[in-house]
Amino acid sequence: MIAGTPHTTDEKAERVRADFPLLATRTSKGKPLVYLDSAATSQKPRSVIDTVSSYYERYNANIHRGVYEIAERATEAYEAARKRVAAFFNAASTDEIVFTRNATESINLVCYTWGFENLHAGDAILLTRLEHHSNIVPWQLLAAKTGAELRFLELDGQGRVVLDDLERKLQGVKLVALTHVSNTLGTIVPLEQIVPAAHAAGAVVLADGAQAAPHLRVDVRALDVDFYAASGHKMLAPTGIGALFGKRALLEAMPPFLAGGDMIRRVTFERTTYNELPWKFEAGTSNISGAIGLGAAVDYLQTLDMTWVREHEVALTSYALERLAAVPHLTLYGPKQAQERGGVAAFTMGDVHPHDLASILDAEGVCVRAGHHCTMPLHELLGLTATARASFYVYNTFADVDALIEALEKAARIFKL
Amino acid sequence: MDELFYREYILEHYRSPHNYGHLENPDISVEDDNPLCGDRIRVDLKVEDGRIADVRFEGKGCAISQASASMLTDAVKGMKLEDMLRLGKDEIMENLGAETLAAARIKCATLGLKVLKAAAMRALERAVEAEGQRP
Repeated sequence: MIAGTPHTTDEKAERVRADFPLLATRTSKGKPLVYLDSAATSQKPRSVIDTVSSYYERYNANIHRGVYEIAERATEAYEAARKRVAAFFNAASTDEIVFTRNATESINLVCYTWGFENLHAGDAILLTRLEHHSNIVPWQLLAAKTGAELRFLELDGQGRVVLDDLERKLQGVKLVALTHVSNTLGTIVPLEQIVPAAHAAGAVVLADGAQAAPHLRVDVRALDVDFYAASGHKMLAPTGIGALFGKRALLEAMPPFLAGGDMIRRVTFERTTYNELPWKFEAGTSNISGAIGLGAAVDYLQTLDMTWVREHEVALTSYALERLAAVPHLTLYGPKQAQERGGVAAFTMGDVHPHDLASILDAEGVCVRAGHHCTMPLHELLGLTATARASFYVYNTFADVDALIEALEKAARIFKL
Repeated sequence: MDELFYREYILEHYRSPHNYGHLENPDISVEDDNPLCGDRIRVDLKVEDGRIADVRFEGKGCAISQASASMLTDAVKGMKLEDMLRLGKDEIMENLGAETLAAARIKCATLGLKVLKAAAMRALERAVEAEGQRP
């Protein structure tokens, strides 16, 4: 066991766990659930579930339209959630927070509005080799349509982004689009070093925060990022709700993304004037219950305190890395120090295919992801087709790591490694 | 599914697959994959008188997909193409000695059969074409 904080953070995690009804359930074989796939989607606390139910049971109505009481209440709750999300990311104003479906939609919104408006042949887009498909494919489409060029920041042996040639790579770059935390290797990308260099080179920076927002204290003003994308369902909120932070000046200059109701101010048969920020980017009836649920989720996270969330993650990840490293035939990928990574551990074990590994772990009630985790290019770079991935969150405890190790040892016995 | 699935003979087929490799001058070669998990299988067939005279396979993937393909190649040798086309999920599960598999893993178990069937279909199409060209 690692010296220092683990015991104290783990005691709190035990209490946190009790707030998540699903974690008290058992598998069909009667095994307690050991949920280690929060990088795919997080479980939801009772407060989020209740907040969403309460909207449907007590004040379900469309927003920004009705003059009756429940409609006003729904509008208030929706906009109050935006205020909570803006505070969570320390945005300067609620106008800078657009509700989307998820981080993927947030990235696509920027691609199809800012990107198509500003990228031209000869311009470059700089990514890292860590990116999730959602932060590669939109830019490939944009590059193909505009003639812009895609460039990549390389990785070192531990999957950390190499910054030695950053200035050279930034020449001619209009957009830097990069993940804040890798969903596969866990690498935390040093935005505080990259963003100033990108701005000095005249580039706009979009950070994919799908794996960072749930785990780190994200201050978009301190980071000085131009766009920040997040998915609600990975941070205790329902699926189908996400957020895009964008600096006001950029959002104001951007054309709308989807067109329709709610994003307009005035429509005639000939022309339309658009609504103000942020509603200009929220066409059609939004995911109202999802947004309200996201508000409850960030409330819950702030009550836990994001400093504790990160402390617990580092303690748990240190413990997991230490125990995984001691499992025979197991190869771990990514940074060696827990401080340099999020709560994600990708690994392979001997000649056991990750899907077989995940199936055997499933029989023990241990839920891990197996496959390429939507980072096929990164896996190819590592010479792999698939890995198994365990990922941790606020409700995971040292006992969950022990259960994982026990299940892996069982898999090793079954496969006679 | 449970660990009982990974019996000794499944692991043997996974680590030392039968009928593994290429055929020289195969009549038919077909390859397919399961993009979701990256399992990949290629099959070479020799066909004589409407029967599978010889078969080889090559692949990459999990124990379920590779062991299943290995056992299947043993089972179909000498089989009529038409009979092979009638094989389905039930026969594959029986072959593997498994009662149940998680839905996501059934695709792994049946990938070999899918590729073999595609090869058999192509062999039958060729036979029909050859029939048509006869004077």
